[in-house]
Amino acid sequence: MTANIKEFPGTPLSEQDFAEGNILFNYDELRGHFAWDTGIAIGRYLAALKEGIILGARCTTCRKIVVPPRIVCEWCFRPMHEYIPLQDTGTVNTFSLCYVTWDVKRIEEPEIPAVIEIDGASPLHGIMHMLGEVDPPKVHIGMRVQAVWKPAEEREGAVTDILYFRPLQEV
Amino acid sequence: MSMRKVAVVGAGMTKFVRRAQETAKELSWQAAHMALESCEMTMDDIEAVCLGTAPDSFDGIHMNGEYLSDGAGAWRKPFMRSYVGGGTGVFVPIQGWYHVASGLFDVVLVVAEEKMSSYYPHAQAAFLTIFDHTTERPLKPNLLWIFALEMNRYMSTYGIRKEDIALVSVQHKRNAADHPCALLGDPNITVEDVLNSETLAWPVQRYDVSPVSDGAVALVLAAEHVTKRVTDKPVWIEGVGWNLDTAHWTNRDLAYPRYVEYAARQAYEMAGIKEPRKEIHIAEPYDPFDYKALHHLEGLQLADRGQAAQLYVDGVAARDGDMPVCPSGGLLGVGNPIAAAGLMKIAELFWQLRGEAGERQVPGQPKRGLAQAWGDLMQVGTVVIMGR
Repeated sequence: MTANIKEFPGTPLSEQDFAEGNILFNYDELRGHFAWDTGIAIGRYLAALKEGIILGARCTTCRKIVVPPRIVCEWCFRPMHEYIPLQDTGTVNTFSLCYVTWDVKRIEEPEIPAVIEIDGASPLHGIMHMLGEVDPPKVHIGMRVQAVWKPAEEREGAVTDILYFRPLQEV
Repeated sequence: MSMRKVAVVGAGMTKFVRRAQETAKELSWQAAHMALESCEMTMDDIEAVCLGTAPDSFDGIHMNGEYLSDGAGAWRKPFMRSYVGGGTGVFVPIQGWYHVASGLFDVVLVVAEEKMSSYYPHAQAAFLTIFDHTTERPLKPNLLWIFALEMNRYMSTYGIRKEDIALVSVQHKRNAADHPCALLGDPNITVEDVLNSETLAWPVQRYDVSPVSDGAVALVLAAEHVTKRVTDKPVWIEGVGWNLDTAHWTNRDLAYPRYVEYAARQAYEMAGIKEPRKEIHIAEPYDPFDYKALHHLEGLQLADRGQAAQLYVDGVAARDGDMPVCPSGGLLGVGNPIAAAGLMKIAELFWQLRGEAGERQVPGQPKRGLAQAWGDLMQVGTVVIMGR
């Protein structure tokens, strides 16, 4: 059937059609303001971050140690009651050198988001955070890193209480 | 299970474009109208409507399914919108399939639509809300991160070179040059072009990524007794599968999509497929990024882990290869209006298996094809197997 059809519907426009007013359009902004309570498990996680501790949770049934903590183990669907302080060190599971911001603006110095497997959690269990104090080309998977914390008096119980992770050894 | 046979009997699609003048409703109608025309049906023949469209935040419209419903022909009919992120385009025909297979309806219209251009200045920012609001969003993530992080892990785990991954983008964009609806078809693109394109979030470069697009696709599904009346070239839905992994994406193996494997195994079992690499003649894995096509081919058991790139290197995945991959041009070439892009793959199998794909026709009268989509927070796999 596609072979028999020459003209498909759909009319392409360009950015210029908006800029030059070739078409009518309506511009509006949506305002959304939210206050998310942290819940039980993440509440404990954030409170621990304020104390300079990365908190995990252990499933007493399947013995996984997960991070961030949660009240239910999604693998065996049993409650997770046991909170466990983990190390603030870990291993880079994967990373990116990102040259665009969330709203697609170009930046010169890349941001370095990474998944960091936290020491004390089960294998492949990590959190997303940023890497810092490192020369971007030298970042590699398997690199050992440690959290750099905000000064205790400035911490507010947020994931940003960890500024970034930096290499454990000089690279 | 006693389920009725279900066939795809008609298909329609709009061009995939960066910005369409048509509204989302109008695009939906254009695709739906074309699908009905293609099998000489009218809205009176349609008993129920299934609609797929991805996040409401693109459109800035709450309950976007209901908003689109008149364009999709849904009024005064049983109507339901499904949404599993990027997986939606291959989930919505599954929803249509069980509407008919169950015996509840004989003829169902399936419509998938996406209008991503309304979000200003770029739809990417709308994706910010997929990250956890408390544990991730304060880091100001962008959508590219999760792809870049997954791609890097995938490449490093198996030692895959960027040059080989770039072949995927090259082949799909070249295939798309033969698709009349394609946004980024390019018959002359080379691996060097991909490797020299702007680095967005290393290892992801500009040409590793599919374009934001507007577009719509529609299908007509029918039960066996109706199918026999309306066409002598039915394409049957032989197997379906879908599966969801944990949303705690930093707590799982990023190198291998287990959820795609489970979805595929469900579909293979239903279709009675024992050796997918021999029995699937055309594969349309989801390819919003070039490495994703490889990742998914492995999850679909169509390649060993870390070996999918070899299918492209050896020419197996070429349009005239032993198992053509994305002969449509895929998302990388045709475009990626999220839900519509997935359903485009189903429409492609429909045209390919009927021998109606024109310039894109896979030689050798293929009998069976597989389409797959993927989405949410890198956690859902949806699979449909079709045959004639």
